[in-house]
Amino acid sequence: METLLEVNNLVTEFRTADGNVQAVRDVSFSVAKGETLCIVGESGCGKSITSLSVIGLLPSNGSITSGEVKYEGKPIHNLPFEQMRKMRGTKISMIFQEPMTALNPVLTVGYQLREPLILHHKISKSAANKQGIELLKQVGIPYPEKRINQYPHELSGGMRQRVMIAIALACSPGLLIADEPTTALDVTIQAQILDLINELKEKLNMGVMMITHDMGVVAEVADRVMVMYAGKKVEEGTVSEIFENPKHPYTIGLLNSVPNVDDPDFELEPIPGSMPSLTEQISGCRFNPRCKFATDICREIAPPEFSTKEGHIVSCWLHEKVEEEVKHGHLTAQI
Amino acid sequence: MIALIVRRAIQLVFLLLGISFLVFSSMFIAPGDPATMVGGPTATESDLVAIRDNLGLNDPFLVQYGRYLGNAVQGDFGYSYQSKQSVSEAIAVRFPNTLKLAIASMIVAIIIGIIAGLISALKHNSWLDVTSTTVALAGISIPNFWLGAILILVFSVNLQWLPVAGLSDPFYTWEGIKQLILPAITLGTGSAAMIARMTRSSILEVVKADYVRTARAKGVKEKNVIWIHTLKNAMIPVITVIGLNFGALLGGTIITEKVFAINGVGRLMIDAIAMRDFPMVQASVLLVATLFVVVNLIVDIVYTMIDPRINYS
Ligand SMILES: Nc1ncnc2c1ncn2[C@@H]1O[C@H](COP(=O)(O)OP(=O)(O)OP(=O)(O)O)[C@@H](O)[C@H]1O
Ligand SMILES: [Mg+2]
Repeated sequence: METLLEVNNLVTEFRTADGNVQAVRDVSFSVAKGETLCIVGESGCGKSITSLSVIGLLPSNGSITSGEVKYEGKPIHNLPFEQMRKMRGTKISMIFQEPMTALNPVLTVGYQLREPLILHHKISKSAANKQGIELLKQVGIPYPEKRINQYPHELSGGMRQRVMIAIALACSPGLLIADEPTTALDVTIQAQILDLINELKEKLNMGVMMITHDMGVVAEVADRVMVMYAGKKVEEGTVSEIFENPKHPYTIGLLNSVPNVDDPDFELEPIPGSMPSLTEQISGCRFNPRCKFATDICREIAPPEFSTKEGHIVSCWLHEKVEEEVKHGHLTAQI
Repeated sequence: MIALIVRRAIQLVFLLLGISFLVFSSMFIAPGDPATMVGGPTATESDLVAIRDNLGLNDPFLVQYGRYLGNAVQGDFGYSYQSKQSVSEAIAVRFPNTLKLAIASMIVAIIIGIIAGLISALKHNSWLDVTSTTVALAGISIPNFWLGAILILVFSVNLQWLPVAGLSDPFYTWEGIKQLILPAITLGTGSAAMIARMTRSSILEVVKADYVRTARAKGVKEKNVIWIHTLKNAMIPVITVIGLNFGALLGGTIITEKVFAINGVGRLMIDAIAMRDFPMVQASVLLVATLFVVVNLIVDIVYTMIDPRINYS
């Protein structure tokens, strides 16, 4: 498969009152055309900041301090502002978690939908309007001719997220970043939105970077999965590898904290403790204070990334031992 | 929109009824005998009886109030106890001055306030921002009689650029504009400062909104991110502040008219209160209340034009 996005050793820092803090620590990953990469992890582990680093929309006190982001082979993390702006919406688009607040309340759906078309494709308003109606149809909005003239508050949450998707896809970007696009929606709408993203991804051969903390969503849409913990990538692999053959204790913990409807004997096992703050100094593996397998080496030296199989990467000293535990212990993976 | 205006007009009628009742009854209860005001110190007891008879002051309260209302709807607000002049005529002479002053001050306040707030927000934390917020804070704290006196001292007495007092020339003449400048700045500064502060904080709030991030994610030019995606939203609370400030500004006309010797309703009202000139007080209070309500109706109309979520019907 053709690589679309490549992120190498990304470090993103924030200037804060307590000095500089690292929100993303040396993270590398890639997304191929037509592929969905899911980034999972607890709240605050750096999923959103990773994706905002890719699209170049970090908060004003944040910046990429090392590493690179490449789109179709060309570095984009150091592009001048205007050039990066032109990439947004055309090459890389993003949709956000809160459909209720992500659309501008004082502008019509039509205005917000036409805007990228007129801006990037330099077409007339009426041509943009026609295309806008087509886009609304494509994302499954009934009566698009009527909806296009309405304001966001006249639409339901699910409808708004569909509009967001239509806006994001207006200029057929190669990469869609979806930051928890379904978290704020109820379950049936969630499934519809995920199906829609999947369907459009296949139709347009887009790469999708889907951020979520819901393992159910991962199972539904992912081709590959990257697990993050406290700013670091701890494990990466194909969706079946991650679910059937997880190697990092944190990944296993995540899987065990998802209820399993098929197994009545299954007991929920929340991961003990909580994620360190950005300012906390931890020697060795950043997960060691919460890891029940932790040994001396874990507390002293940060583990490198081990590649165990084609595409399966894990950053844990004990990945072989953990794997054994999983096979023989009760930690059988569930899907 | 039409429905909104009609409904507000009906509300206004009831509001004015309420206000007139309040004003009328407080005048009724207030100590002091109107007949002695009208008759003056030389009036004899029989003169006073005649005056009371003549003005209907012996009738029960509701009869007097009813008669007042009946005349008022025909534009007759009675005669001043003091000058014996028709109240409507006295107000008609002075109202244009007050209106000119209030509108000019509001324009000064809105233009200066919004521009200062905008610059502050866009150049957040720069020396421009610091200067503008400091000046705004001073503008809120300075009492306007003091500001007026200083302005007169500097621009009229020392520099002799602008007239010391008066507002008699029409506003579309050069003289008329020169007369308006100092009073409008004096009266508008406080509101300008409030509007500037609100504009600044509102813009700084809105630029953090999700939909502004969405606009940037679409690749919208930074210029449009501000002018289209931020400003319209940011103006909503500013308009509220403008509406509320108009009330304060109307109150401020009293002092400003005194400082600049402007023959306006504010001064008329304060003199009438001092003299217990009840018909004059009633009519001027009603007028000011009407003005306030009309401005707030305009504010509501502007709301519906800016914010599609607001629906008054
Ligand atoms: N502007 C900022 N200044 C300082 N720290 C920030 C800033 N924005 C985010 N952070 C910190 O960066 C870390 C990563 O945040 P991020 O938003 O990427 O988390 P997340 O994984 O997306 O979490 P969630 O699931 O809650 O969305 C968090 O600890 C957060 O507090
Ligand atoms: Mg997030």
